[in-house]
Amino acid sequence: MNKTGAQILVESLLAEGVDTIFGYPGGAVLPIYDALYDADLRHILTRHEQGAAHAADGYARASGKPGVCLATSGPGATNLVTGIANAYMDSVPMVAITGQVPTSLLGRDSFQEADITGITLPITKHNYLVKDVKDLARTVREAFYIATTGRPGPVLIDIPRDVSAGMAEYEDPGPVQLPGYHIKLEPDPEQVTRAVRAIEESERPVIYAGGGVINGGAHEELLRLAEMLLAPVATTLMGLGGFPGNHPLSVGMLGMHGSKYANYAVCECDLLIGVGVRFDDRVTSKIEEFAPNATVIHIDIDPAEIGKNVGVDIPVVGDVRCSLRKIIERLQPRLESRWRDKIFNWKKEYPIEYVENGRLKPQEVIQEIYNVTRGNVRVATDVGQHQMWAAHYYSYDRPRTFITSGGLGTMGFGFPAALGVQVACPDENVVCISGDGSFQMNSQELATAVHYNLPVKVAIINNGYLGMVRQWQELFYNRRYAYTEITGPDFVKLAEAYGAAGMRVTKKSEIREAMEEALRIPKPVVIDFPIEREENVLPMVPPGEPINKMLG
Amino acid sequence: MRHTLAVLVENNPGVLARVAGLFSRRGFNIDSLAVGRTENPDVSRMTIVVEGDARVLEQVTKQLHKLVDVIKINDITADEYVDRELVLIKVNVDPAQRGEVMQIADVFRARIVDLGRKTLTLECTGNDGKINAFEESLRPYGIKELVRTGKIAMLRGSKYTGLQDNGARDE
Repeated sequence: MNKTGAQILVESLLAEGVDTIFGYPGGAVLPIYDALYDADLRHILTRHEQGAAHAADGYARASGKPGVCLATSGPGATNLVTGIANAYMDSVPMVAITGQVPTSLLGRDSFQEADITGITLPITKHNYLVKDVKDLARTVREAFYIATTGRPGPVLIDIPRDVSAGMAEYEDPGPVQLPGYHIKLEPDPEQVTRAVRAIEESERPVIYAGGGVINGGAHEELLRLAEMLLAPVATTLMGLGGFPGNHPLSVGMLGMHGSKYANYAVCECDLLIGVGVRFDDRVTSKIEEFAPNATVIHIDIDPAEIGKNVGVDIPVVGDVRCSLRKIIERLQPRLESRWRDKIFNWKKEYPIEYVENGRLKPQEVIQEIYNVTRGNVRVATDVGQHQMWAAHYYSYDRPRTFITSGGLGTMGFGFPAALGVQVACPDENVVCISGDGSFQMNSQELATAVHYNLPVKVAIINNGYLGMVRQWQELFYNRRYAYTEITGPDFVKLAEAYGAAGMRVTKKSEIREAMEEALRIPKPVVIDFPIEREENVLPMVPPGEPINKMLG
Repeated sequence: MRHTLAVLVENNPGVLARVAGLFSRRGFNIDSLAVGRTENPDVSRMTIVVEGDARVLEQVTKQLHKLVDVIKINDITADEYVDRELVLIKVNVDPAQRGEVMQIADVFRARIVDLGRKTLTLECTGNDGKINAFEESLRPYGIKELVRTGKIAMLRGSKYTGLQDNGARDE
């Protein structure tokens, strides 16, 4: 039986196991929306396409399944761009579907035409412009395969209106055949042998774990490796939750806003085991002095990450989980480690701390949120100071519980992402930790939250500044606060205007009760926390310095 | 050091943009890039000459491999290979000088492909060095127009860069 391209698209999405898409209608996707009208797919209408992309991203990060977003041609498609770039930088499996002007109008600067495959070339793992309805089913199959296998990432499918309206027979396209796409899961045995030898010879090993541990489902293997070696585990921002934050061997985050003990450990280690990481500049800072005395093992599924930023002594290219297993099975557990004892002492000596002064402190807000939720919620954040405090003062013990924009650092990500997380995890509590600047970038999604009753709790760490930029102006630009002071609405009234609940907390003693109440309210809640305005995120490595030269 | 890469790609629209975009965005320097169809109509072959040390080349090949449309990459620099480039040159030549220029053409085994009242258009193939020398020898007459194809290359002997491996170094 012949079907329209749009119906084929829906069939193909269902065949990939898609249950939810985040989208926004428009002219070029009219045929697709018509097919969605009676499809067995949940469609979440956001209030901006950027919100749809971030929500799909949050959905994917929380569930491990690919997130799907849909937008019309032209401005609809370009509004997805930030969200796609964000997913690309953090290796999030996503399929973005855009409408396009009919093929006969392509290349003529037609109404709402934008070359979205051209625009997204550098920010997608792959993309497609489907010019023939007969190619549609196979394209969708390939897109999901590419997005979810190997190092995950976003794939875009651009569908001209005459293709989604055109007719063809739907046939299951069968398994994917891509001659230029190979995933290497099994590491080379020789590489594993060299890694095992280096580990056995090491006295002061440090594990540096990133988002690849979570993407690769390797958290249990990571825990085993750390406990066998009695090695401290430093995670990147993306790696938080990949190793239990409460574990004695956890040294928290490393790098620019890492803990002192994590950074000291990296500087003094004789073996650095990078697991699913990319030696990003926010981690290494002055790269020549990063782990200067260490043999470096780098385990990653993406061969292009090996040697991209630092020279690697022992590359292990393969699936992180598979690679760790192969290494672990050849190791003997260590019973004693003076190195570990040294780390424990550093942890006592250089805790991450702040000074109380009677005014509401952001750190105590996060700590109290942790105390109330006991780590049993999913946390999504925006970008800036609050993000770093959320990394420092909340302990993430399970993978996929900390959802944050790492690589791209996208303000406005947190709230729509939290909605996607809530859609993926309807029975869990979702807390969005945001700032007054970040929240205002996508606060229109309050309407989405209320419409679908996604009861996300938003904690706005409100200092009336673009705080992280202000901090840099304070430290490196002589306190010249150029346009970083930012006003905002009354967030309580804003929430109420949308039909959500709003609260304001001004004293430390009120945080706990407010959070408990927010969690009881069965709808979205915004809590405004007006905090000490010029609080800084510490410790901090000044730009260009080695990571053991820390302020604070 | 200059490296010559033989890159097989799927003959999809946009594949050239993907490859070119990758080089510019990652800051790799392309000396030349020639592309065309192969014996298989679904597969195109790019010959890319790229400048860089071993580390740069490693990144170039790895990043190229990440492109879904890129099927195979051979760095043939260290192998024995034949390489050719074609140049078309239009030179100012008075009828009186024609003989001289035709002699130069003979030396380089170039051919006259067109004749104007005051110009000659010559075609020459060869490797980089030969083409450069040919160009230099014509420069005194005044080159009005010059176009080069960029280098194409092929392994010598029974080795080849195909979809199936045949002993060539696969990066």
